[in-house]
Amino acid sequence: MNLSFTLAMARREGRSSWRRIGFYMATVTLGVGALVAINSFRADVTAAIHREARTLLGSDLRLSSRRPMPETVQAILDSVAATGSEVSYVTSFSSMALTPSTGRTRLVNVRGLEGGFPFYGEVETDPAGSWSELQSGRRALVDRSVLVYLGARVGDELRIGQARFTIAGTIVRMPGEADISSTIRPRVLIPAEFLAETELLGFGSLVRYRAYLRLADPEEADAFAERHETLLEEAEVGATTVAQRAEDYARSLDIFARFLGLVGLAALLLGGLGVASAVHVFVKRKLETVAVLRCLGATQRTVFAVYLLQAGLMGLGGAAAGVVLGLAVQVLLPGILDDFLPVAVSPTLHPMVALAGLGVGVWVAVIFGLLPLLSVRDVTPLEALRRPFDGPASRWDLRRLAVMGALVATVVALSIAQAPHPWAGVAFAAAAAVTAAILGGMAWALTRATRRFFPRRAPYVVRQGVANLFRPHNQTVAVTLTVGFGVFVLGSMHIVQRNLLERLSLDARPDRPNLVVFDIQQDQRDGVESLIREHGFSAAELTPIVPARVAALNGRPVDELLEDTTGPRPARWALRREYRHTYRDTLVGSEELLAGEWWYEPAAPGALPRISVEEGLAEELGVGLGDAITWDVQGVLIETEITSLRQVSWARFETNFFVVFEPGVLDAAPTVYVTLTRVPGEEERALLQRDLVEAYPNVSALDLSLVQQTLETLIGSIALAIRFMALFSIASGMIVLVGAVATSRYQRVRESVLLKTLGAQARQVRQVLATEYVALGSLAGLTGCILAAVAGWALVTFLFELSFRLPLLQLAGIGLAAAVTTVLVGLVAGRDALRRAPLAVLREIGE
Amino acid sequence: MIIAEHLEQTYMSGGHPLTVLSDINLTVEPQGFLAIVGPSGSGKTTLLGLLAGLDRPTAGRVVLDGEDLGPLTEDARARLRGEKVGFVFQTFQLIPTLTALENVLVPIELRPRAADRVENPEQRGRELLTRVGLGERTHHYPAQLSGGEQQRVALARAFANNPKVLFADEPTGNLDGDTGHAVIDLLVALNTEARTTLVLVTHDQELAQRAHQVVRLSGGKLVT
Repeated sequence: MNLSFTLAMARREGRSSWRRIGFYMATVTLGVGALVAINSFRADVTAAIHREARTLLGSDLRLSSRRPMPETVQAILDSVAATGSEVSYVTSFSSMALTPSTGRTRLVNVRGLEGGFPFYGEVETDPAGSWSELQSGRRALVDRSVLVYLGARVGDELRIGQARFTIAGTIVRMPGEADISSTIRPRVLIPAEFLAETELLGFGSLVRYRAYLRLADPEEADAFAERHETLLEEAEVGATTVAQRAEDYARSLDIFARFLGLVGLAALLLGGLGVASAVHVFVKRKLETVAVLRCLGATQRTVFAVYLLQAGLMGLGGAAAGVVLGLAVQVLLPGILDDFLPVAVSPTLHPMVALAGLGVGVWVAVIFGLLPLLSVRDVTPLEALRRPFDGPASRWDLRRLAVMGALVATVVALSIAQAPHPWAGVAFAAAAAVTAAILGGMAWALTRATRRFFPRRAPYVVRQGVANLFRPHNQTVAVTLTVGFGVFVLGSMHIVQRNLLERLSLDARPDRPNLVVFDIQQDQRDGVESLIREHGFSAAELTPIVPARVAALNGRPVDELLEDTTGPRPARWALRREYRHTYRDTLVGSEELLAGEWWYEPAAPGALPRISVEEGLAEELGVGLGDAITWDVQGVLIETEITSLRQVSWARFETNFFVVFEPGVLDAAPTVYVTLTRVPGEEERALLQRDLVEAYPNVSALDLSLVQQTLETLIGSIALAIRFMALFSIASGMIVLVGAVATSRYQRVRESVLLKTLGAQARQVRQVLATEYVALGSLAGLTGCILAAVAGWALVTFLFELSFRLPLLQLAGIGLAAAVTTVLVGLVAGRDALRRAPLAVLREIGE
Repeated sequence: MIIAEHLEQTYMSGGHPLTVLSDINLTVEPQGFLAIVGPSGSGKTTLLGLLAGLDRPTAGRVVLDGEDLGPLTEDARARLRGEKVGFVFQTFQLIPTLTALENVLVPIELRPRAADRVENPEQRGRELLTRVGLGERTHHYPAQLSGGEQQRVALARAFANNPKVLFADEPTGNLDGDTGHAVIDLLVALNTEARTTLVLVTHDQELAQRAHQVVRLSGGKLVT
């Protein structure tokens, strides 16, 4: 190979190549931009989390328990406090909050604070400074959403159980908590000294007791947790260190960011397709030049290198611009994802991320360009004397196969590197490949079908337009691929989003309950029921709930099981958690019996009490039909036998349980109740909740519409982030589409000019173009929609485990929009041919 | 300089073999001037391609400046062309993205070793362009030149490497009479100056008469 010639030729040819394919490199720019932005952002978040790790926890160490701190643990805490460390306590539970001034209620997350928490970071409030005054009386700080929902203002009275507080201000930011948490569980902070006054910490309420420690020597935290590990475990107290907390946050944010990265990667792959089709067209136009160079003595390798170098250089240009774009977008991302960030993220330049983006961009441009470039090798010098019909035939030799292999490996490697999990990466790459293959196959089928079933009797313009689909230099594959891929990406995302949102709307059908009333004590049952009736509604039968813990499996105590390190062990969380059981004599709508028998028949005399276990839990505990579980029900041990396994549809808005007892076993155990009711109007729901809370402050109500609202906000925030990243794909797809149309424009323009010369009117030329693009746009739109429907169905059914509903109209809308865009772009690109004088156009084509 | 023995060329066309040339034998002496004439479709261009090593014959052999083209690889033949052969095409075949000067420089720059290249290629290029009367248009692109001017650039390119043999495929086929004559005069003059062997395909009887040697093709066979 002649290096100096290669360089000189690449430089000279490059002057005009920029015009032809430089435009496509904008797709590489967008793809690289998306990746650099999201990966830099990921690095920013990780750095911020590690920098502010202590702020995330607000302390050096956190102890957490479902019960008040046991004496053994309290003793340690007291001794630590006595030796220069600080301890702060936060007690939290869910309860109704009521503002008497408006009569409105809302389920909130109440936190009673005592001591100096947070030791690291500041609580921001509005008005500023309310935090330091919180402990100075019966004051409450609330999330803004609480104020809005209750219709209350700062200074109003707020009732939590039997206690009354003055709303002193709103929480703007709590260290270590993302803003979205205020949407999911709106917070009410009160001084711990008034917790008892609420009278809500009694039986049946789910309370979380936390102790936050600031150690005299912060570095001691891990050692401290290790030293007391056994004691804490025995007391069922969890310990979280700064490092663990940071890692947890970093991991979950990383998964989210990586998912967004996959959306960005779609843009880069689309860019790759764009480069491939651009180079394909480019090479076709260069065949004569290649043949002349070969005539003049250039070897195959030299000519190949000239064009490969051009692709690489343009890839470098595109990727470099992409890095700059990425760094600009990186600055925007914290604003868009603010709701999910527990720490302030300041964008920083990460040279490795930028370099990686640059490398990936060049590599993608080269590897996607390589496949069509290989055709250059097959040009014979003879073609300088004789123009071939439709370019050289592709040779399927080892090199072509190697390039194909490298291309597949590139896509898989990029997907795996970007995906939250290697398998997700493989699945993503496979989905992209299958989609591209199907779209390519459909385009091929269209060219075959139109040739085979050519509409011979159709009007001339239609025949001409249809013929454009299969004639040499047609753009059928390029346009179908890009438009179809775009529709696929947007369509499947939309389907998943709609299904997630409709999940709850489905349950809001007129016959479904929309209010859960829970934490009803034994002696409040009749009262609550009659109160609901007084309001004119009927409550479903009260469901009893009996808290219990696992004491033994098949006679082996939990402690023994936990210490056993040999063989498969039951999952720790499943052995340790507090269960909330119920008992009844029938299955409910959200349940399905998978194995064993329901207790329709009376038990055999002397048999163990029968229970039905949810399949997933049975798997976690490693138990099946016939196994025995001993339960600790408020200190009383009850041995039971598993006689059936159930599948439970947790997504249904019903009271679902891991374990259901046969009636008669738990009747005497301390029980709380829950009931569902349907209250249609918002105002009526508010009134009922107010009266419930006033009469029974410990009883809570969960409004389905509120849950729905929360979910919509949550999904909306996520969708915003996804849409933002998808913008890159859309822009990339548009560029490829415009480019595909533009590259074949010369061909179309020449034909159109010829047609005009032969007497065709502008209208007819337009109709020819329209026929072609309508066919292309419809095929791409339709195929993309079908593929999106299949992908959406798979995601909804297998990933989110929901029943699938196809939002046909919206999906059709996306497909139609894509088809219309295709036609418009095609017609606008062809407009030139209609406006300009034939001679000028023919001259330009000759260039 | 060129020896062709029993040349035969058969292509597959629509699944059937199509013999374009059969049993061609000819010899061209160094500094000779061979004109290949014949009606359209008689195989003139195919013969030119085979003599220049642009394609492999189905049977027979070609010896160019003492080298048998048969056993040479594709790349070796490319190198041979680069060193010993110049081309002039009917459709000029200038590279549209390069200026006139850059087009002329291509064969020189293609030489693998710098030592094999002429000294100061750019000056050589300018001289050649001046020689063909385009000294003022070195930085023009092909699209900015007329047909005759383009063919003159092609002539300059053909002689850039001091080739031993020049192959010309109907060099005036795309030009009007006067321009065609001017190009031919220039071609013959350059050929004489450079002492090049010339093989030329043409329809032009007048031009053919200027050749030292004329072969007539008809239906793929030599008719003398």
